[in-house]
Amino acid sequence: MAITKDTVKYAANLARIELSEKELEHFTGQLDRVLEYVHKLEGLNVEKLAPTSHVMDIKNVYRDDIVKESLPASEAIKNAPAKEGDLFKVQKIIEA
Amino acid sequence: MELNKLTAHELRGLLDKGDISSIDISNSILGAVEKKDKALNAIVHFDREKVIERSKASKGLPIFIKDNICVKDEMTTCCSKILNGFKPPYDATVIKKLLKEDFILMGKTNMDEFAFGSSTESSCYGPTKNPWDMERIPGGSSGGSAACVAADEAIFALGSDTGGSIRQPAALCGVVGLKPTYGRVSRYGLIAFASSLDQIGTLTKDVEDAALLLKVISGHDSMDSTSAPVSVPDHSLKIKDDIKGLKIGIPQEYFGQGLDSDVKNCVLKAIEKIGQLGAKCEKVNLPHTEYAVAVYYIIATAEASSNLARFDGVQYGLRAKDAKAIIDMYKKTRAQGFGDEAKRRIILGTFALSSGYYDAYYLRALKVRTLIKKDFDDAFRKFDAIVTPTSPTPAFKIGERTQDPLTMYLSDIFTISANLAGIPGVSVPCGFTKENLPVGLQILGRPFDEETILKIAYNYEQATEWHKKRPDL
Repeated sequence: MAITKDTVKYAANLARIELSEKELEHFTGQLDRVLEYVHKLEGLNVEKLAPTSHVMDIKNVYRDDIVKESLPASEAIKNAPAKEGDLFKVQKIIEA
Repeated sequence: MELNKLTAHELRGLLDKGDISSIDISNSILGAVEKKDKALNAIVHFDREKVIERSKASKGLPIFIKDNICVKDEMTTCCSKILNGFKPPYDATVIKKLLKEDFILMGKTNMDEFAFGSSTESSCYGPTKNPWDMERIPGGSSGGSAACVAADEAIFALGSDTGGSIRQPAALCGVVGLKPTYGRVSRYGLIAFASSLDQIGTLTKDVEDAALLLKVISGHDSMDSTSAPVSVPDHSLKIKDDIKGLKIGIPQEYFGQGLDSDVKNCVLKAIEKIGQLGAKCEKVNLPHTEYAVAVYYIIATAEASSNLARFDGVQYGLRAKDAKAIIDMYKKTRAQGFGDEAKRRIILGTFALSSGYYDAYYLRALKVRTLIKKDFDDAFRKFDAIVTPTSPTPAFKIGERTQDPLTMYLSDIFTISANLAGIPGVSVPCGFTKENLPVGLQILGRPFDEETILKIAYNYEQATEWHKKRPDL
């Protein structure tokens, strides 16, 4: 097994996705097959290789820090499922 | 004359002569959409009255947009329940560029949820059908864009390509699909899937239209730090030059096991034709090809897991109603809002990035990516372009691969490497299987050398009749 139900459960929790027992079972089997396939990468010696996270030859892109017009808060918040004034409204964060 | 069946460059000529007006084109498109799209399901957001209003005020051409590109105040959902009702407060840079050139925005096209797929079956609006065989998938993830162009419901459309999502559906629907070089087109306003791989591109009826549309959407953009500060050449001026003396590599790794025999025959005949047109075709090796799918599904899912963290029920879209505390709200919202494939990819990506697994999966994949890129760097020292099949098989049946993610992932085996290496690629129609399903030829080029691949594609296309064939709907 490349991955177990417990590991899938752990990753799903990190990703903040609630899974039903049925989904957990189903996804574990499918992801196990995908990871078995990915294990073919172990056949390569990668020790001396530099990683490529990005193909372009650019590193940091700087610009002058100039204040420009931005979206008004009322526009930026227009799609919020819940709001109060110009603020996003969410459930209580700190439990009593 | 059925204007919906013409190409953009043909219509541009008629508009400029004053023979027709933009509203004539839009009416023709509206007629085709109303007649065919109920069955095809290529278009997901569409407002007839708005289209007519816009067309009356325009002297331009109509275009459809993939549903992951932001259009101000218009539904942009990535075909996911989690973005239900989302109307962006701004236009993507490509949309701004289109509007500046007087294009008419017609509506949004169907896609795999968040572009996660190769068949357009994971859309929350249901699958798009392949216009050549309604029991088959159109490819994906830009399946809606490819299908509406193939069915003459559109003149052309924008798509996005992270691992083949423009080229593969173009091949399976018998149209031209262009993925430009990474950095050629600004991605500001493209809802991110995998940021080191995503690129916006075009689905068109012929190569000349691809060159025309590429010119409109290309260029450096200060809103996208990964957009390249390179000038925008007018490829349409050069693509008609001949291809005599061009050196073309044929990678042996793309013609082995798993390649459908009809697809192989069409592609080999196409290579012969390209040789007759004066290019020199020779064998080349891209030795790390077999690792591309494995590398891709680690890197792409890792990046996706990070990009999709923003869909948490706070700022936009769906929020689960039955949650008490905030973590519970995140978990329930994401459980209800994401489909199966999105969940699988987010979980896989999170796993590959998590402590204890990062080195074994993510870092290793990044290192093998270096080898895949080097394969292309080496090949392009000798060759001007590389020619391959776009997809190992023609369009498969709806439902055939949905329960088997690995088989679905392997559908992208010939297109993925171009994204990992950041190079441009185009798919052009190159024949039909015995079952009358379209086959695509993929032409890959050096970074920022769209001109050469479009030139080869144009010369081949004009020497054949494949691009003129249309499905009988």
